[in-house]
Amino acid sequence: MAKHALGSAIVVLLLVAAAYGAFFIAPTDVKQGLIYRILFLHVSSAWAGLTAFFICFVGNLMYVWRRAPQWDWLGTSAAEVGLAFTTVVLVTGPIWAHPVWGIWWTWDARLTSTFVLWLLYVSYLLLRTLVEEPDRRALFSALFGIFAFLDVPLVFGSIRWWRTQHPQPVVMGGPGTGLDPTMWKVLFFSWMAMLALMTLLLLARYKLEAMRGDLDIVRREAEAA
Amino acid sequence: MKNLDSVFAAYLFAWGIFFVYYLSVARRASALRDELKQLKDSLNRGK
Repeated sequence: MAKHALGSAIVVLLLVAAAYGAFFIAPTDVKQGLIYRILFLHVSSAWAGLTAFFICFVGNLMYVWRRAPQWDWLGTSAAEVGLAFTTVVLVTGPIWAHPVWGIWWTWDARLTSTFVLWLLYVSYLLLRTLVEEPDRRALFSALFGIFAFLDVPLVFGSIRWWRTQHPQPVVMGGPGTGLDPTMWKVLFFSWMAMLALMTLLLLARYKLEAMRGDLDIVRREAEAA
Repeated sequence: MKNLDSVFAAYLFAWGIFFVYYLSVARRASALRDELKQLKDSLNRGK
């Protein structure tokens, strides 16, 4: 319990430091002014969310291979955490887009593939509520999770392969792209803070799923008694 | 200071979403812990 409180306090401090960096250390963008500071929240949340979906994918693959419930717990926990981060991306994106583009939303490749990703993982979690038997539920959702992850490379590549309203990548975008060194340092720190938050949420969510597993065992014992 | 309100709104929404999600996980964990304890107690009484 004390370890968990310490971990939470460290994550809160990292998030506050990241926000401080975004507001007071990163220089103001010449073209966009203050509004670009959403980048540090929007991009770092997107990267942390995609990392969570990758963990989910690994959990799903491992479940199909090993059939151990712990991999199912990891998969479902990471899917839910990734969904929370992707929700933040889908909320902060339009807040940033409106003053810059003059519109809240457009169905371009990056925005659409991200929205589809969100819908896929909502479906993944809904699917789990429809199957009662634990082993079948775990297998179906693992297979669906592997399919859902196919959208992740599409989200990553969408701004590289097609001309989009969404800006071209600032990281790994090839020649002529990139960030001011101070902006990059603040973005990197924000990403680390978001990864720390993602880890904290994932651990808490995994414990919850493990507790559900224990409850199932005790229930079966109670029914047999 | 143009668009400062939008930047604050983005940060508030994001932190709000994370906080509400964290609370929901903590509440579900607490409810499960209680249910598990009750079940274990009733099993022990039955023995």
